[in-house]
Amino acid sequence: MDLLSLGIKSVFIDNMIFAYFLGMCSFLAVSKKVVTAFGLGAAVIFVLAVTVPLNWLIQEYILKEGALTWLHASFSEISLEFLQFIMFIAIIASMVQLVEMVIEKFSPALYGSLGIFLPLIAVNCAILGGSLFMVQRDYNLAEATVYGFGSGLGFALAIIALAAIREKLKYSNVPDGLKGLGITMLITGLMALAFKSFIGIAI
Amino acid sequence: MNFIRKKLDAIKPLFEKGGKYERFYFIFEANETFLFTANETTPKSGTQIRDAMDMKRLMSTVVISMIPALLFGMWNVGHQHFLAIGETAEFWTKMWLGAKLVLPIVIVSYVVGLGIEFTIATIRRHPINEGFLVTGMLIPLVMPPDIPLWQVAMATAFAVVIGKEVFGGTGMNILNVALTARAFLYFAYPTDITGDVWVFKGGQPTVDGYTGATPLSIGADVAQSGENMVQALTEYGKGWADGIFDFWNLFIGIMPGSIGETSVLMALIGATILITTGTGSWKITVGVVGGAYVMGTVMNLLGSNAFMLLPAHYHLVIGGLAFGATFMATDPVTATQTETGKWYYGILIGVLTVIIRVWNPAYPEGIMLAILLMNVFAPLIDYFVVGANKKRRLKRATV
Repeated sequence: MDLLSLGIKSVFIDNMIFAYFLGMCSFLAVSKKVVTAFGLGAAVIFVLAVTVPLNWLIQEYILKEGALTWLHASFSEISLEFLQFIMFIAIIASMVQLVEMVIEKFSPALYGSLGIFLPLIAVNCAILGGSLFMVQRDYNLAEATVYGFGSGLGFALAIIALAAIREKLKYSNVPDGLKGLGITMLITGLMALAFKSFIGIAI
Repeated sequence: MNFIRKKLDAIKPLFEKGGKYERFYFIFEANETFLFTANETTPKSGTQIRDAMDMKRLMSTVVISMIPALLFGMWNVGHQHFLAIGETAEFWTKMWLGAKLVLPIVIVSYVVGLGIEFTIATIRRHPINEGFLVTGMLIPLVMPPDIPLWQVAMATAFAVVIGKEVFGGTGMNILNVALTARAFLYFAYPTDITGDVWVFKGGQPTVDGYTGATPLSIGADVAQSGENMVQALTEYGKGWADGIFDFWNLFIGIMPGSIGETSVLMALIGATILITTGTGSWKITVGVVGGAYVMGTVMNLLGSNAFMLLPAHYHLVIGGLAFGATFMATDPVTATQTETGKWYYGILIGVLTVIIRVWNPAYPEGIMLAILLMNVFAPLIDYFVVGANKKRRLKRATV
């Protein structure tokens, strides 16, 4: 039950986009078509669901103070936390590389439409943010997995909804100066207004 | 009539191409078509559509359907004031007091909104249409009667500019404009619009036991204290307004709340007008009410706090659910466009409303945010419905 409510919380209430405004670059750039947004959303779900628990293991057994005692008892004073960012990013980058190879192999069309933004997931702040939140909030392994999957799902939901709105927007008459990113920023703000309905829900 | 026509014809050349006031053409055109039917028809070679329903007719139908709620709201505002100070008054005295409080809000909303609309239409050279007539009426109806007028003006300006005009005007926005105005105030000035919203006009001492509570704030309280909610509702108002939160009284709507949203009866009259004229979609209204009822029942079964144990039919009469289901959710611009999608859209609004009400102590009323949230997802629902339809028909096709 706790895991379920954590999952719901990470999808809706602590939504990566609308509650923390993380991962905005790909959110704004790859939301022109629903199909592409689906692809990126799925990639982000996968990367988050894999990297957060992986990073949890790294943090727990290598980085944390006293984490290395499983090697030798005398390591109990060593803390490698200063390596946190670099380790996390390395894990994330290698996972993204893996996803990239899989997508290129099985769906070259999607690979083409995601373009540069697929490798850029490696530096997507939502992904690193997921791992850092996991450390900050002291999740255990199961929670970390659920949290990673949930926040990925939240990101995917947000980007797909935005893509559907932007497809509809083709029929609108947006002022020239606001076309493209400008109006997308405004839509993001309005969407965040609507998403505020979840903030404060106590599950 | 002839006199006005002549006058218009006389000044018309000034506004037409090459005229002195060419840039104000659309302001002229808006006034002209407001007074007279346009004398132009589609050229013979083009597509011919013959229908009495144009945007003007559509919007005026909606405005007419809101008049019962407005009039009842005005009377109710006055009635609640005298109830709170423990005096009895004539019908017209209440009406007059209500009008004094409500009409300024209506006027401010129309003046600000239409002013912005006309300015932007002139600058951007696009025709002015009647969309704001509805929005300008909806905004006052969802405001508490004691809201400061400058806040109404600011919310209207925000909603018209950011909610509508940046997308190109009527018919192109993604969020319901009136709800955007309310949500803006809700998050910018929460103390003026949430919680025990309706304070009496002031000036006189209130009767004993008057707290200004609404059924929803009682709900939020019992969720904490664990009392029986129906009992708390029935007991409220003892001595000065017996049975004010009785089921049938809640249905008729003689209770404190925002101006137009208290009465389910008036919303029903509005809904009848909208649905018989085909202006609003009955699927959405039925979906919202049904979704809320089913979710209320599910909540009864879960029952982890006292608010959840509230019988499901009470959810339909407290707060603004009926008003939202009738006038807000059916907004043809921001709702789903596909017929199947309307079911999903309506039901999800109802379900979300009840979820937000009982689970989210931060917001006592859920209908506003539920509709806004589904506005965001409406294009996505349409996308899936259209996609499913394509798939179904492709399967049937034989190559």
